[in-house]
Amino acid sequence: MALLEIDNLSVTFDGEDGPVHAVNDLSLSIDRGQTLGIVGESGSGKSQTAFAVMGLLAPNGRTSGSVRFDGQEILGIGHKGMNQLRARRIAMIFQDPMTSLNPYMRISDQMAEVLTLHKGMSKRDAVAESVRMLDAVRIPAASERIRLYPHEFSGGMRQRVMIAMSLLCRPDLLIADEPTTALDVTVQAQIMELLNDLQREFGMATVLITHDLGVVAGFCERVVVMYGGRVMEKAPVDPLFAQPTHPYTRGLLGAVPRVDDEDAIMTAIPGNPPNMAGAPEGCPFRPRCAYAALDCSVMPPLVSFDGDRARACHRPIAEVAA
Amino acid sequence: MFTYSLKRLAIAIPTLLVLIVVSFMLMHAAPGGPFTSEREIPPDVLANLNAKYGLDQPLWRQILSYVWGIVTQFDFGPSFVYKDRTVNQIIAQGFPITLTYGLISFALAVIVGVSLGVAAAVRHNTWLDYIAVGTSIGAQVLPNFVMAPILVLVFTLWLGWLPGGGWQGPEYWIMPVIALSTSFMASIARITRSSMLEVLTSNHIRTARAKGLPERRVILRHALKPAMLPVISYLGPAFVAMITGSVVVDIYFSTGGIGKAFVDSALNRDYAVMMGVTILVGALTIFFNLVVDILYGWIDPKIRY
Repeated sequence: MALLEIDNLSVTFDGEDGPVHAVNDLSLSIDRGQTLGIVGESGSGKSQTAFAVMGLLAPNGRTSGSVRFDGQEILGIGHKGMNQLRARRIAMIFQDPMTSLNPYMRISDQMAEVLTLHKGMSKRDAVAESVRMLDAVRIPAASERIRLYPHEFSGGMRQRVMIAMSLLCRPDLLIADEPTTALDVTVQAQIMELLNDLQREFGMATVLITHDLGVVAGFCERVVVMYGGRVMEKAPVDPLFAQPTHPYTRGLLGAVPRVDDEDAIMTAIPGNPPNMAGAPEGCPFRPRCAYAALDCSVMPPLVSFDGDRARACHRPIAEVAA
Repeated sequence: MFTYSLKRLAIAIPTLLVLIVVSFMLMHAAPGGPFTSEREIPPDVLANLNAKYGLDQPLWRQILSYVWGIVTQFDFGPSFVYKDRTVNQIIAQGFPITLTYGLISFALAVIVGVSLGVAAAVRHNTWLDYIAVGTSIGAQVLPNFVMAPILVLVFTLWLGWLPGGGWQGPEYWIMPVIALSTSFMASIARITRSSMLEVLTSNHIRTARAKGLPERRVILRHALKPAMLPVISYLGPAFVAMITGSVVVDIYFSTGGIGKAFVDSALNRDYAVMMGVTILVGALTIFFNLVVDILYGWIDPKIRY
């Protein structure tokens, strides 16, 4: 049984000018200990998918479909129900480490409350355990620094604190929502390396949400490519990178600078990501797709091929070429 | 923090001096004087009176001797109108009364205002929110000079539950406290609500929820402290305004506080009483602004003095 199984998840926000469909009919699953990347541009619905799983959508967000964690339906069970799982079994780290920690509380209090609440530890034990976890994310002099406030840490260090905090209860699933986006490049590499090591050490399943294909290649076993709130392609990492068949995936890969081939021309995908308030009928990528045809005005179903790959496209590239 | 407080208190002295000089000059610039009355006073008598109270001296000498009296003997002078009373006596008699109903009003306004504001923010866009917002707008637009007579009408004349005026025991406190605290309560509720709403959308609150904390703990432990920052900056001046009383309350409920003394002194050109109350309010304002700043430093660890 999969650890997390999402079936036909849709997320809709009630806006001033009618509903905004942020996520449409999304299905994916992740097994224990697996690493899954969710890749897409801004507005592709990848973060909202994560918030829907955590029950942290904005108040005007509505969901339909099903999200099962360890066999239990968790979609729409509310804060009370989710609080049995949050931190204990599902943890999340966020995009912006500068604002994700409480600036008015010491790190020790912010971390220890997770353990006193969920594990019933004494404050003293909880702080000691928190120091051990800060050591694990390689924060030097953790036993002294734990007394500090967030503003006394750099961005990279704050993300380390967030990671340590999320792992306190040894969750089965970690959702990392663009954990390195707000950091500078050298720090990004350190954080990804740390996450990689911790994932191996703790063995938790990890969903990595990112727009950075390089990060996915280095970290994930499987990838889901999202666009306009829909899944475009699902595949294990290696075949996806070796042979992208969806025009969007191919466009994304073409836009990545290559170190191995200096003459390679980086090609941008023309146009802009869709405005989700007035998304077009059919395939959301159609207006920007070089291969688009008439039948693309009907949303293609997600079709399996090549064993464990799947794509939603009427005009996959391999077939166009053939 | 201690040296910071000392520094701030040291700065308070020149601030008060400026306050004294400016109010002194403004006061004397206003037409009329303490001995102007409808009845013509013979010039000789007037000259004698002026000489007795030092009003024949040049203004700068008057200010100097006034400040000298305060510094050396804490003497704020005799009242110009009530011949046998000093300013110190008038304040000593009225201030405890205003302090009593002011402190109770303040406590009530903060407790009810903050709870109402937090409740409205947490139940944003529900009937509770609408009722809270509606009542606070109503309470804010209802001036206390309208509310006070209505209270007297209902609770004294119709129901006969409460004494209509005077200052003899706790039952005399109730209506002054209601009349004074309502609009402050409404402001506090509105500031608390909007600031709480803002804090609740911040990223660290999302983190607190993602940690599986019960909603109660998210609100009380993570959101309340930052949400209080704008409320606290409002509370400093509001506190001073409340404990120095309200003319309306003193007049409608005959409480005998210094609010009435202040207005009477202005109307009578009772220079000494006017200066005394001005200095009292000024000193309290300076002090409680310091308290607000210290509270800020206690809430926000980024502020260091």
